[in-house]
Amino acid sequence: MALTLKIRCCVVIVLLMASFQSMADTAIDARHFEDPVMAERYRDLTASLRCPKCDAQAIDSSDSPVAADMRERVALMLHEGRADKEILDFMANRFGEFVLYNPRLDGRTWLLWALPAALVAGGALVVIAFVRARRHRRVRPLSEEERTRLSSLIHRHRERSE
Amino acid sequence: MMRRLLLLLPFVVFLGLAFFLYRGLSLDPSARESALIGQAFPAFTLPTLEDPDTEVDESLLRGQISLVNVWASWCPTCKEEMPQLLALSERGIQMVGINYKDARDLGRQFLEEFGKPFEVNIFDPAGDLGFEIGVYGVPETFLVDADGIVRYKHVGYITPAQVDEVMMEVEKWR
Amino acid sequence: MRLADEAIPENPLPIGSVIAEPLTEHGLEMLTLTVPEVGLFALLIALCLSLLQATVPLLGAATRRPLWMAFAEPMAWGQFAFLLVSYASLTASFLLDDFSVDYVARNSNSMLPWYYKFTAVWGSHEGSVLLWSLILSGWGFAVSLFSRQLPRDMLARVLGVLGVVSAGFLLFIVVTSSPFDRLLPGMPADGADLNPLLQDVGLIIHPPMLYMGYVGFSVVFAFAIAALIEGRLDAAWTRWVRPWTNIAWAFLTLGIALGSWWAYYELGWGGWWFWDPVENASLLPWLSGTALIHSLAVTEKRGTFKSWTALLAIFTFSLSLLGTFLVRSGVLTSVHAFANDPSRGLFILALLGITVGVSLLIFALRAPRMSANAGFSWLSRDALLLINNILLVIMTITVLMGTLYPLILDALGLGKVSIGAPYFNSLFVPLTVMLCAFMGLGPVSRWKQMPGRELFRRLLGAGLAALAIAISIPFLYNGQWNVAVALGMVAALWVVLALVRDLFDKVRNASSALSGLRKLTPSYWGMVVGHVGLAVTIVGVVMVSNYAMERNVRLDIGEQVNLGGYDFTLTELGERRGPNFLADTATIEVAREGRIVTTLYPEKRLYIARGQPMTDVALDPGLLRDLYVAMGEELDDGSWAMRLQVKPFVRWLWLGALLMASGGVLAVADRRYRRRRAAAADRESMRPAREVRA
Repeated sequence: MALTLKIRCCVVIVLLMASFQSMADTAIDARHFEDPVMAERYRDLTASLRCPKCDAQAIDSSDSPVAADMRERVALMLHEGRADKEILDFMANRFGEFVLYNPRLDGRTWLLWALPAALVAGGALVVIAFVRARRHRRVRPLSEEERTRLSSLIHRHRERSE
Repeated sequence: MMRRLLLLLPFVVFLGLAFFLYRGLSLDPSARESALIGQAFPAFTLPTLEDPDTEVDESLLRGQISLVNVWASWCPTCKEEMPQLLALSERGIQMVGINYKDARDLGRQFLEEFGKPFEVNIFDPAGDLGFEIGVYGVPETFLVDADGIVRYKHVGYITPAQVDEVMMEVEKWR
Repeated sequence: MRLADEAIPENPLPIGSVIAEPLTEHGLEMLTLTVPEVGLFALLIALCLSLLQATVPLLGAATRRPLWMAFAEPMAWGQFAFLLVSYASLTASFLLDDFSVDYVARNSNSMLPWYYKFTAVWGSHEGSVLLWSLILSGWGFAVSLFSRQLPRDMLARVLGVLGVVSAGFLLFIVVTSSPFDRLLPGMPADGADLNPLLQDVGLIIHPPMLYMGYVGFSVVFAFAIAALIEGRLDAAWTRWVRPWTNIAWAFLTLGIALGSWWAYYELGWGGWWFWDPVENASLLPWLSGTALIHSLAVTEKRGTFKSWTALLAIFTFSLSLLGTFLVRSGVLTSVHAFANDPSRGLFILALLGITVGVSLLIFALRAPRMSANAGFSWLSRDALLLINNILLVIMTITVLMGTLYPLILDALGLGKVSIGAPYFNSLFVPLTVMLCAFMGLGPVSRWKQMPGRELFRRLLGAGLAALAIAISIPFLYNGQWNVAVALGMVAALWVVLALVRDLFDKVRNASSALSGLRKLTPSYWGMVVGHVGLAVTIVGVVMVSNYAMERNVRLDIGEQVNLGGYDFTLTELGERRGPNFLADTATIEVAREGRIVTTLYPEKRLYIARGQPMTDVALDPGLLRDLYVAMGEELDDGSWAMRLQVKPFVRWLWLGALLMASGGVLAVADRRYRRRRAAAADRESMRPAREVRA
């Protein structure tokens, strides 16, 4: 059962799910946005909301009924003039933080942004420290051992060429 | 010495990671947390399945502990869950059904056939209430305490073995 | 769906029914009787050989016994040969429709076309791991073929380390995932069929390519471990390692690109990268492998970054193993979850822990002292490659963290979060732009020191041109300013134009253009092609992300919809029967300004054995745009829900990957990797004073 559910959910058929006669009446045409900005926002929002029923899919591509409901609600709220954040919060308050593909910044998620930022800063420091340490080391005097070895090599080379 | 410690750093980080990967093996990746736990059951006004003219609202869930089960006649596992719900209904809990995205006659027929554990059934043909409480897979069961606060949620059907688990939660919040 | 009702009773052989009559052909019967057993037997022999390969040569190298060291090569050949036999016999079971083999019964069907029976071998867990092991032993065989100039102890250690990895995986197959298990008695009359998602040409080559890449890094890893044990990380070592790294990286690049291409046309919604955990798992070794390629360049030319290079080699293969773990154990949810089993996770985790843990310990104990001799200044190729490495490692860590963060929070009991495309995009766009900024400077700069004035003089033109063209592109495309497009284009053009300038300068100084071009080495060309490839991919990403158009519509026969200047008309609806599926078909004519551009034939298929519906997308590919039609569901009034898309420059994504991979291969053709004698002599002269510890 779990397997068939998974397959049903994740094999990927777009658009409508005909499970419920009541909603089979094309939500597709209703989703045509006259305003291109709103169409763009719809695309972004449905791509950043995760389908709660599926394994790893955004609601824009899931054929699960709950994803269809969520798309419908997103479109409705867009037409009502709600802000993106309002819509995302609305969904998270009902289906959990889980549905947000871009998690809200809080006590448990701050590291997601802090670490890359810290790494970039740390990386810059490493580059600075590294180059500083090496910048003036362009010519290094030979050590005693190396000098002896070099002179013996030169000496031998001379002997051979003579 | 500092250098040796630095060189050990990748190993230490890896050990930490491996620990989490090990823990991850025993976690269920399909488990979800509910946003509703600790929150009041949302307000609603809907007719009952039994009588289109009788409307109920969230006050139904005040004053005593209730199990709210979301079910539908088109849901095959709901049938298998019925015996467990019948058993739970004999333990002194108010059983409330939400008939989710269903037709009235089909829902009634289902209850006639498989049993009537519910004191009342909320008729939610459009799935609006279901959406408010974050239903994503039927059946789902919510435990609502006497103050109308959601305390526990069970997704999927309650197996015979899980009845005790649900009862433990009930006793905890009673 | 109309066809569904007819389809079910037509299913000729219900799964699970026991076969009634014996097979008629006696010969065939004999064959099927023994084929899986031969396979299992060969697998067990290969396991024994790998255990020997994992122990004897390493001990031999430690105790300086030539005979023991010489053991490595025959073991590697034998292991490869027996795994070939094993793999061939599993393939034979598929071709013979031997459904008494559990794995065949689960992943094949008598109606499955023969070519998919070949690819169904790696359609699920057991077969994939067998392929993984086969490829691993193939790489070991290749090392033994092409590394004759290696010192004996080095070769013994490299093959020994490969033997350890191989033994682990073969043990894994034998203990937890044998594909040769029989279903006797109670053999089903027919198989459950291959997952329809996998019945596709893209899948014929995607997993083998990906595995070639993943597993190819095991060679680099083995070289790194051998070098750490011997304390010999010198220029000669980098010259042995670089070709292997490039080839593995090229395969991985192709594998990832094929996966993206497959997802694009097979999954039916036109996405090409989802930041899905499994995709991330393949991106991780790619990012760190890219860093490794660049740090190897520094180690070879300048003798610096030695420990860092060794660490990256270990990381890259570790990330390949981690990817295998994540996919095979199912600890992360994923679209690809059709091939996993948590109970096996523990075994792979143990493998991962031992391999990575031990190698990182070896690293901590034996990493070479930093050779601080080579200095370089702020502006120098050394410094720029350092920055490249740091950025790539930051990208790797970001993807790794984003992929594992939900798991870690969950393990700590902190609840469930999801991390997906919006998060990764928001971090990857700025990091990639930064990477490109330095990427333009790198190839033009000299080692050690590059006078800023000269750099400025040489690249001013390229920079200004990149800026001017990039700013005008959004206006030329649709007349509207788009900052994201301009930024992405600046990054891509800057990389390309700086290279053009460098080529120009190099050729200008020669007597004739032709002789100037001829003087450039394959490794230089490899770099140019690889960098241009990345720029091409970036152009594809920028254009398709910003200018893709999409409409979900309902279409009835004769109806027309306009999208991006194209008129899509549904002219016909029909039905057809394929070898193992039934399909609803549609015919859609696409016209532009009244002239027919193409006719598309999307299908909605129902695979009979699994009763699984699938969307078969119709595509009109083009260099500048793809037209994309997917059928959804039939609606009540007989019309169909369809998704229409126009995807500008989407091909550039994969074209760029193809260029990157070619660049990697091209660089291997460089003459210095073929100067075997010279390389060996080189090594003798550079052999460090540090002695091999017993």
